[in-house]
Amino acid sequence: MTDRLRRTRLYVPGNNPSMVQNASVFGADSIILDLEDSIPVSEKDAARILVRNALQFLDFSNTEVTVRVNDSSTPFLGDDLFEIIPAKPDAIIIPKVESLKELKKLDIQVTIIEKENDMEVGSIKFMPIIETAIGVVNIEEIASGPRVTVISPGGEDLTADLGIERTKEGAELSYIQSRMVVAAAAAKIQIIDTVFVDVNDIDGLIQSTKKAISMGFHGKSCIHPIQIKPIHEAFLPSPEKIAQAKKIVEAYEKATRDGTGAITVDGRMIDVPVVIRSQRLLERARAGGVDV
Amino acid sequence: MDIIQTVKAGTLESGDILITISPHDSELIIELETPVESLYGEKIKQEILDFLSSLEITKGVIKAIDKGALEYTVLARMETAINRACLEEFE
Repeated sequence: MTDRLRRTRLYVPGNNPSMVQNASVFGADSIILDLEDSIPVSEKDAARILVRNALQFLDFSNTEVTVRVNDSSTPFLGDDLFEIIPAKPDAIIIPKVESLKELKKLDIQVTIIEKENDMEVGSIKFMPIIETAIGVVNIEEIASGPRVTVISPGGEDLTADLGIERTKEGAELSYIQSRMVVAAAAAKIQIIDTVFVDVNDIDGLIQSTKKAISMGFHGKSCIHPIQIKPIHEAFLPSPEKIAQAKKIVEAYEKATRDGTGAITVDGRMIDVPVVIRSQRLLERARAGGVDV
Repeated sequence: MDIIQTVKAGTLESGDILITISPHDSELIIELETPVESLYGEKIKQEILDFLSSLEITKGVIKAIDKGALEYTVLARMETAINRACLEEFE
């Protein structure tokens, strides 16, 4: 699950049956059934039950299904876990995570629920969202926390916490993004970029996605199905890069078959990390519909 | 479990169902309004009845305005409404 393709992660309000039941038809690699910001306090109970039932009744096909629970400072998290964990989402998205201690406490709570429901302990993964300066400062320990497979910055809350304005270009988040990319790579987990909030600005979305890709992000969160296709296209490697990756992977497979050690492609020595990167690039190309 | 107050759950948006539950002294009354009455009216009523039966609720008025809700939504909205209608029992 850790290495699965997550180019897009679509937020879906958890109290809207039409959106919930259609969430997987738009082609996002992952969906987030939301119990947090999109749900008013008076409807938290209703959304929690609807999302639990959706997980139990609906077939989301191959789409990864996650649930964003409410953060640990609210009175809702305990009920969220109690209802949602037994319904077996692939992961829970945890907002406003600030420390490893918080994740460890949550791990104990989820472990108890898993045991009570005869589930494999550790089967529910954690995907923390970093939305405060303290969370950024502690990002290395959070990234290596229990059950963590993906981390993400939360652009709106981060800029609010820092007291700065969020811009379309996103330069104000560059340091945080870079720091989080390094932390994710060190912990060998994935990192997914924050949302691009202007759903009418597709060019801006594409630029924001390309910037995220160049920085090392594995995917981008989105708030509207219209954003999925442009993000997937931005993640599609160029034909030249696909051809080069294919050469490298074929050379590696041949060397493995022949039992030879060093591999060279076009006169350049190729080592294992380059092979892995090429395999991932081809995976992205296949997911984008390229026959490789 | 007894229904002790009038509550609502759900909405009138497409794909949803609005459930209103009120106390009643002696009877269980289910009123359903749905655009798919001839095809699914009985099925939806049965889903509501089965849910109430599983909680041993035998008195109350349940008004349901359906906007094309699937079974998982009908059950979710019923559960939310019952939780809200019987809330004081848990407090």
